[in-house]
Amino acid sequence: MNPWLLEAILALIKIVVVVFGVILPLVMMLILAERRVSAFIQNRLGPNRVGWQGMLQPVADGLKFLFKEDVIPGHVDRFLYLIAPGIILFPAIMTFAVVPFGDQLTTYIGDTLVTIKFQIADLNVGVLYIVAIASLGVYGLVVGGYSSNNKYSMLGGLRSSAQMISYELPMGLAIISVVMMSGSLRLQDIVVDQYEVWNVFRQPLGFIIFLVASFAETNRLPFDLPEAEQELVGGYHTEYSSMKFASFFLAEYINMITASALIATLFFGGWHVPFGILEALNLPVLWEQIIQILSFSVKTLFFLFFFIWVRWTLPRFRYDQLMNLGWKTMVPLGLLNIVLTAIGIAIF
Amino acid sequence: MADLSYDLKTDQMVLNFGPQHPATHGTLRLVLELDGEVVKKAEPHIGYLHSGFEKLGEYKTYNQWITLSDRMNYLSPLANNIGFALAVEKLIGIDVPERAKYIRVILAELSRIADHMVWLGTHALDIGAFTAFLYAFEVREHLYNIFEHVTGARLTTSYTRIGGLFRDVPHDFEELVRAFLKYFPGVLKELHGLLTRNRIWMDRTRGVGYLSKEDAINWGVTGPVLRGSGVAYDVRRNFPYLIYDRLDFEIPVCDEGDVYSRYLVRMEELVQSMKIVEQCLADFPDGPVNYFDHKYTLPEKEAVYDTIEGLIHHFKNIMPGHGFEVPEGEIYVATEAPNGELGFYIVSDGSNKAYRLRVRPPSFVNFACFDHLVRGNLVSDVVAVLGSLNIIAGELDR
Repeated sequence: MNPWLLEAILALIKIVVVVFGVILPLVMMLILAERRVSAFIQNRLGPNRVGWQGMLQPVADGLKFLFKEDVIPGHVDRFLYLIAPGIILFPAIMTFAVVPFGDQLTTYIGDTLVTIKFQIADLNVGVLYIVAIASLGVYGLVVGGYSSNNKYSMLGGLRSSAQMISYELPMGLAIISVVMMSGSLRLQDIVVDQYEVWNVFRQPLGFIIFLVASFAETNRLPFDLPEAEQELVGGYHTEYSSMKFASFFLAEYINMITASALIATLFFGGWHVPFGILEALNLPVLWEQIIQILSFSVKTLFFLFFFIWVRWTLPRFRYDQLMNLGWKTMVPLGLLNIVLTAIGIAIF
Repeated sequence: MADLSYDLKTDQMVLNFGPQHPATHGTLRLVLELDGEVVKKAEPHIGYLHSGFEKLGEYKTYNQWITLSDRMNYLSPLANNIGFALAVEKLIGIDVPERAKYIRVILAELSRIADHMVWLGTHALDIGAFTAFLYAFEVREHLYNIFEHVTGARLTTSYTRIGGLFRDVPHDFEELVRAFLKYFPGVLKELHGLLTRNRIWMDRTRGVGYLSKEDAINWGVTGPVLRGSGVAYDVRRNFPYLIYDRLDFEIPVCDEGDVYSRYLVRMEELVQSMKIVEQCLADFPDGPVNYFDHKYTLPEKEAVYDTIEGLIHHFKNIMPGHGFEVPEGEIYVATEAPNGELGFYIVSDGSNKAYRLRVRPPSFVNFACFDHLVRGNLVSDVVAVLGSLNIIAGELDR
């Protein structure tokens, strides 16, 4: 078989498996998890009626969204209003393309030797790709907020654009320090580089900056100003209903998954299994791969839990405080971190 | 090159905040003039929940109006019941039995805790702390169980009668209140842990909605808002009623005058309320809860069935067009409701209904300074200030 064609087919299979087999079901579970975990934190029960322990609640929610009347208010900018949910959903899913969730597997398909990488696209500029695509997401919010022709939406859209632009900077600075350690923009290389010591121990400051910036990037509490319910009613998605509203909702959760996966990849050794357990077990290659993917999943899930945990604990920042934190604290700290990293690399 | 800022035309945006808005808790309406996110002017529009309670006071007998007082500040209906009953009793010249006074004080303080819990929950919710909201509501749920057990209703308690109470407390009342007093400090500690030293909470509330001592007095604000501005005025201490002059409690005061200091004052009031309830329970007297003269209070059922006087008193109190008559005169009696000074001004023409009934609601007076507090702040601060004033629309519009 034509190796190029094989590669393409494999890529397609990976996209289908990752998007429809992993991300979307995970989002559904995540919505349930958010409700159950928040209920646990708040001494409540949470949804536990639909299916075993409420496992089918996301399905019920999804059906509800589908069957809701799709209202397009008369005062909106129709074209922009319709494409905004798409603009926000598209980059959210695309970012996941370069995240490596496992090592690679070399095997025969037919009689061709193929290397299957557990990553949709192994770009050599993976980090840049993520930063670039992630910043596209803000257009969805701005366009949504603007096209709704509603004052609350407008304020929400403005806030989100200012917020995401301000926090991409420290996020980028934190990533630079990681890239300095690994010497490559390829995410797979960054993971391999952390074989002995995870970046979180080599870059604690960078990790904290990246973590805080991811909260801001995903618009989650304490940085959920664009959709602050008590101030802006619903923020940028006030005028949206039905599946279009659900798209904004989905995008937020997909962004959360991507952010968690990135934290795991950049700072927690990606698919590496800690303490040399894997070497000690001496398993067949296939099993090793599966355990590595599991290790990556566990790390990602932990950060997803962390996102939920923080959301239900902290109050919300105010707009100017958010800007101050971004520009006056995080950016200088990010620069300092780069200098420290450079000194560290020069010495060792 | 010309200065760009001269060419840029920036309009002020008028934002209609309410009457249906997640942060207004009831039907409040604010018209905000915004420059970007900075509030240039805030104009409160009131009256959306106007129900004519005061006017109805001229058509209902005194005991009938007690049910309307529930609906004013619906977060602490018992405090309203007690305030109104006190006013009428003072006009007649009734001194209610000791046990009734104790029960009233205990319930007033418990409803202060319930009110402050809702205030804290919604205030925290407005600033984004959802969990504190549910913790606080759970406390209120415990209190409402006690209220239901005592009065038969959770929200519309209507527990007081002129000259006493609807009925005595159930036999396990003390036990229930003691159990609550044991349970509550733990939750209070958790709430303090969630908010008090939380950096974000402090940033959001400190220096926001500043009200100086002089301004506070000039605007006539009362309650925690006044005490949060450094004035130690509390009706319970300055003009004691019921048994407050015999109780040992402190009036918490904070000098900063911002949202955070109002928060601290209210949090400390919770502790003081618990202290008052404990003291009341320690020497809880036995005896009747109703005034001996059944011209004003309902007689015991045995007396109604067995004696002619009892029967007459019963019907005189119950039948439409009858009811006891209040001597001619006018009176103003204030109590310290959870939100501040709740006053009742009653003019009687000697009949069984008030000639004129006027309520001095703390929310109405406290809300007047709203524009003064939020001018120059951000939209986010509007909800913080609104939360710290704890405006109850039912009481505001009456």
